[in-house]
Order: sequence, then structure tokens, then C-alpha cells
Amino acid sequence: MNAESAGQLAWITLVVGGIITFAVITGFAYTTLLERKVLARLQHRVGPNRAGYVPIPRRGKKERRLLGGFMQPAADAVKLFMKEDITPIYVDNVVYNLAPMLTVMPVILTLAVIPWASSVTLFGIDYPYLAIAPGLNVALLFVLAITSIEVYGVVLAGWSSNSKYAVLGGIRSTAQMISYELALGLTLLVPVMIAGSLNLNDIIVSQQETAWFTILQLPASIVFFVAALAEMQRAPFDLLEAEQELSSGYNVEYAGMRFAMFFMAEYMKMIVFSALWVVLFLGGYDIPFINEAAIVSSADSTVVTILIAAGQVLSIILKIVFSLFLMIWIRASWPRLRYDQLMDLGWKTLLPISLLNVIVTGVMIVLAEEGVFNSLISAFGG
Amino acid sequence: MNVDYLMPYVPVAVLLGIALFLALLLPILSVSLGPKRPHFRKMQPYESGMTAVGKAQRRYPVKFYRVAVLFILFDIDIILIMPWAVALRDLGLFGLGAVMIFIAIFIIGDLWAWKKGLLEWD
Repeated sequence: MNAESAGQLAWITLVVGGIITFAVITGFAYTTLLERKVLARLQHRVGPNRAGYVPIPRRGKKERRLLGGFMQPAADAVKLFMKEDITPIYVDNVVYNLAPMLTVMPVILTLAVIPWASSVTLFGIDYPYLAIAPGLNVALLFVLAITSIEVYGVVLAGWSSNSKYAVLGGIRSTAQMISYELALGLTLLVPVMIAGSLNLNDIIVSQQETAWFTILQLPASIVFFVAALAEMQRAPFDLLEAEQELSSGYNVEYAGMRFAMFFMAEYMKMIVFSALWVVLFLGGYDIPFINEAAIVSSADSTVVTILIAAGQVLSIILKIVFSLFLMIWIRASWPRLRYDQLMDLGWKTLLPISLLNVIVTGVMIVLAEEGVFNSLISAFGG
Repeated sequence: MNVDYLMPYVPVAVLLGIALFLALLLPILSVSLGPKRPHFRKMQPYESGMTAVGKAQRRYPVKFYRVAVLFILFDIDIILIMPWAVALRDLGLFGLGAVMIFIAIFIIGDLWAWKKGLLEWD
């Protein structure tokens, strides 16, 4: 970073951050469409296909309709804006209005640390890697802190609604989120230990040098994915919206766009956790089988640099879409867990596994560093 | 105080501004665009179509409180391990031993909680 003043940095961040936030919000809208389309296909249905299509005329026959339903998110958004925004009479007004904001804001803040491409120069500032806040070297600690704030939105929404379903849903999902945050936090330590840094870009560079951490650390990768599913209340851990028991959980008293804000937070969280999983375990923006840094330094032209950066952004987006597809696939395949099973899985399975993983990884790294393995190999006739 | 330390947080502050703007814009748009036809029945809390009985904001069951207390213990544990996880190569065997003792104490506490049935959910 070579920004001259805080003001200059702030203006450039406003542009870069605005673009990234806008892109992720658009991504959220199309994630809802992706989910509906994929779920429909998995259940032998067609899914939304009326709102917006590209007509291809055919001679003698009815026209062919391509990309059916690509305007569905826009239609949904307009519908939600035009709905009556009801505020029930018994709610605690201040907290009731604060809760949706507290749910959406942390998710957007988490975007600050996610790297989208390696070093680029934007508006005269050298970014060491393309992220909104590339200077932040405590990135993972920041993520942990921000995701903890998320819990407040849920519990306050449930409590302030003053409806029994909302209160029950609120405390249930709070207990669920904090239970799985432990496994999540412990698993985050494993990439940190291998890479030796909390910075997400250093973790990606470390993966480029060795191998993707999914290969080195398959258990950690799986535990992270499962804990992330539970953390963002996706199926099969979507107990807060167990319709048969709680109708819709903590957001049952919300209407219009304020209801949609909870929805938005949920889907943006899907994107953010997918991005985190990809960055920590699937190599982030790394393009597989290509050494980007070598190409950039050997070609030494602006066009190649831009092409590589574009390729990296495309690469991370494709990986995120793959992860989103995995989440939707799981939703279509698995029945919902019972609440005690959920707690057991969190406390008695995932937490011990991740703690053990941290211990084993730590011991192996330190012993390798101290040269114990080398001396063992030489002692046994290596 | 060295201001350079705060430079990385300037983008975070800007992003907080963007997030706040969005979080304020959406409810305001929703309230101003939608129709307003208030009705007594519409404003009632939802209880599957019946009239709401009693208050909803009652005391939480104690088992949720128990989970919260355990969570705080574990979370502090993770935060305390984190500096070691970053610098474990520099700290070497001494650091490893220290952290293993810390984790061992912790695991003993966890096993006790497990045996006591604190992790059971009934």
C-alpha cells in the first residue's frame, strides 16, 4: 500500500468497496435464483422460468426460450419493496428496527478481508492483493470477531418481536450459532498454523507453494464446511426455520424489505462463508496447474497482468459457485437434524475432532521444524 | 501514537459506512414505497391464527444459558491459542509444551463437563 493520505485511501476504497459490495449483492440475488433452479432440477421440476427470457424464433414452431427466469430476482425485489411493512403492536420498537441492520452489516463487513486477485494497481495505489482492506493483517481474527456480532441480530430480532415463535427461534438459533462457532474457530487455526499468518493472502500464497489445504487437511476442510453450514443455519441444520415447529423462527414478525434483509444476510453469508472456505482450503484465487506469478514476471506486460488478474477473479468466483452448489445439493439430499442431535454433533463430534486436529497439526509442524523427522530418518538408515 | 497502525482500518471504516448506508436505505425504501392499511388484527403477534395468549418475553430455559457459558470458555481458549498458531515455528518446542499443557488443562475441564452431563441436551 502506498496511499499518500487516509483521505485518498478512503475515496479509492469507496469505489472499490462499493463495486465489490454491489457485485456481492447482485450475487446474492442470483444465488436465490440458483438455489430455486437447482432445487427444482433435483426434484424433477423446472423452477422459475417466466420472468425474463431470450426468445429465439424457430421456423414453423413455437419460439425457443433461453435463460428462462433470469429476471426473477429483480421481480422478487420489486415485489418485496411494494409490500406493506407491518410493525406489530407489542414489539420493542428500537430493538425491532435495529435487528435487521445488525444482521446485514456484519456480513458486508466480512467482505473487507476476502482477496479476489493477486497484486494489482488501482488508481495509482499498489494493492498487494485485491481486497477492500488489504492492509489488515489480522484478517481471520477480524472474521471471527465480526461473525460473533451476527448472533446479536438474530437474538434481538427474536426477543424484540414479542411473539412466541420468534423468541423460541431466536434462542434456538443463538445456541446453535455459538455452539458451531467453536468448531469453526478451531478449524480456522489449522490453515493459520500451516501458513504461519492470519492474513488470507499469505494463506493463499502458502497453498500455491505447497498444495491446496483440502489435500493436506481433508478433515479440517470438511469440519469447516459442516460448521459453516450450521453457523449460517442452512439445511440440514436449518432448525430455526423448522416450519412444522416454529413457522419461520426469529423473523416471523417481520414483513416487506425488513424481512428480506434477514434473507439477504443469510444468502450473503452463504457467499462469504463459501469465499472463506475457498480461500482457506481450495486455494482462493489460485488458478490450478498454472504458476501465475511466473507468467506475470516473465511476460512483464500490462495486458498479461490484467488477463491473469481477470482469470484469478473468474477462478475464485467459479470455486464459490461450486461451493454454493454443494450447499444447495446438501439441502436437497439431507433431512433436518433433531435439536439434540444438532447439539451432540457440534459439541461431541466436531469440537473434539477439530481440537485433536489442532494438536496433531501443531505437534507435527513443530517436530518437523526442529528436525526430529530428519534425524529419525537418518537414525533408521535413511 | 503512530497513525500508520490505523491506516489498514480506513477501508474497514469506509466499508462500515457503505454497510450502514445500505442497512438504513432498505427499511426506509420499504416503509415509504409500500401501502399502509393498518388493522388491529394485522398488528397482532403471529400465533398460528389464534389470539395471542400471555407474554412471549419470558425467561430463557437454563440450558441455553449453560451453552452460552461453555461457549465463552471455549472461545477464550481459541483466542488464547491463536497467537501461538501464528508463531508456532518461532516458539519451537517450548511454545508447543506450554500450549499443550494449556490445552490439557482445558480438555480435563471439558471431560468433566461431559461427565457431569453438561453437554447432554434433553
